[in-house]
Amino acid sequence: MEVRDDRLYTKSHEWVQKEDDGTVTIGITDYAQDLLSDVVFVELPETDNTVSNGDELAVAESVKAASDIYAPISGDIVAVNEDLEDSPEKVNEEPFDGGWIFQMKPSDESELDALMDPDAYREMCESEE
Amino acid sequence: MPFIPHTEADIQEMLDTIGVSSIDELFAEIPEAIRAKPLEKVPEGLNEMELMRLMRDRAARDENGLRTFVGAGVYEHHIPAAVWEVTTRGEYYSAYTPYQAEASQGTLQTIYEFQTMIAGLTGMEAANASLYEGGTALAEAILMAVRAHKGKSHRVLVPETVHPSYRRVAASYCGAQDVMVESIPYDPASGTIDPAALDSVEGDFAALVVPQPNFFGRLEDEAALAAKAAERGALVIASVNPMALSVLTPPGEWGADIAVGEGQPLGIPMSSGGPFLGLMATSKKLVRQMPGRLAARTVDTDGREGFTLTLQAREQHIRRAKAKSNICTNQGLAMTAATIYMALVGEAGLTQVAGVSHSNTRKLVDRLTAIEGVEPLFDGPFFHEAALRLPKPATEVTPALTERGILGGFELGREYAGLENGLLVCATETKSEADLDAYAEALAAVL
Repeated sequence: MEVRDDRLYTKSHEWVQKEDDGTVTIGITDYAQDLLSDVVFVELPETDNTVSNGDELAVAESVKAASDIYAPISGDIVAVNEDLEDSPEKVNEEPFDGGWIFQMKPSDESELDALMDPDAYREMCESEE
Repeated sequence: MPFIPHTEADIQEMLDTIGVSSIDELFAEIPEAIRAKPLEKVPEGLNEMELMRLMRDRAARDENGLRTFVGAGVYEHHIPAAVWEVTTRGEYYSAYTPYQAEASQGTLQTIYEFQTMIAGLTGMEAANASLYEGGTALAEAILMAVRAHKGKSHRVLVPETVHPSYRRVAASYCGAQDVMVESIPYDPASGTIDPAALDSVEGDFAALVVPQPNFFGRLEDEAALAAKAAERGALVIASVNPMALSVLTPPGEWGADIAVGEGQPLGIPMSSGGPFLGLMATSKKLVRQMPGRLAARTVDTDGREGFTLTLQAREQHIRRAKAKSNICTNQGLAMTAATIYMALVGEAGLTQVAGVSHSNTRKLVDRLTAIEGVEPLFDGPFFHEAALRLPKPATEVTPALTERGILGGFELGREYAGLENGLLVCATETKSEADLDAYAEALAAVL
């Protein structure tokens, strides 16, 4: 199981990466994609929507399960990964790179402080297993 | 409790294990007010002999030679004998609900063929394996449209020309889910949705329901209505009669996002009102928002054709409380009959049934309106049902017609204030010239 050191994490297994332009990119972790098994569809959020921390924004669907993906912070959706419409398997193959799901512009950057650092996330996953 | 196999000792042992003294205590947290009580209107049970006598007496009422000219959502069509002969074969009858779905390849293939036929008839890209009946299909379509409407409006426009029972089902279904069902009046001259009333609706709405044909049998200006809804960013739900689709433009070609309807005309007997068959079809784009089961054709590991359930992650057994709907089965037997009916009569047969039903209703309207004081209630084209204005309340006329062996039609005053003299009549392909003449004679005599 891979946990990237340059990301922040949520209890619901999303990763969050701060970009240079002030936006954040969000995806699901390697641990989460492994639990879901083969992802066959990702229901993406609408761009230009303002959302609140904890809103259900996207759904990752595998052959036998479907899992909600939540907004890790409040803000605006500025981009979604449209490649996933044709290639949902990227969530499995490269969860931290090409399998990103959406990008947000935070309305309050201090919300990022509440997210887990890589060590805390690693510890949480190990305790779940 | 004859269907519960536990003995008193079993029950006591289970209660003791969990530390509860009685069944009543087990359910103590359920408020008294919402507990099931003996139902006042449901009589005591009957034994088999009594039940058979009761049902024979009731069946005899249908078989005493009455000629029916009532439609109003349920239509008498000829059902070839082969339809139910095949449908009730053990292979279909016993495997109607595929719990272990892929083990029932024949059932899945039938569902797949049904879906293909319904998608073809409606001109839509995907149909589900069926829902309960037309009213709940409409209610499910309304909930689906609200899910799919990205503007987040929870308001759906359901015109008064939609079947009144469907409107009640929709209101009952949607009220508890925070979806507002709003009415739009009909134009009293045309008996169709009043376009000015639609234009005057303020604010966002998630969807507009367009019935085709509508409850009065009239054809709506469907494409124009759909365009108006689309301009407002709303989805379009078509509520259709599948029998009419062989002669009318299918909803997929006039802008519908979701098409629903009652499948009863396709080989299912009237049966005093059910069980019936809900139809639903939609676009590929919205298919993941659609409730119900979906069968799909695929290949196995050896490349051989096979059938499987698909997109199950929408469904309750996987998605739990967040499922698109609580519908997790389909109306298997009625769906099987409809599939066999459509396969048997074919495209040409459906067109012929629709065409003869239309021309019979035209002939009936001509003969009835030749009677003094009887005139069409609305102007404009209809499919196989038409509203007439009688010189007196319809409820005073129909009992006299029944005495003469004619079930004369649906009294519109039962559902529409101001239409007390309105009678909705229908003559399908099952009616002969003699039947039409008999109705005209009977009406002339009783007025």
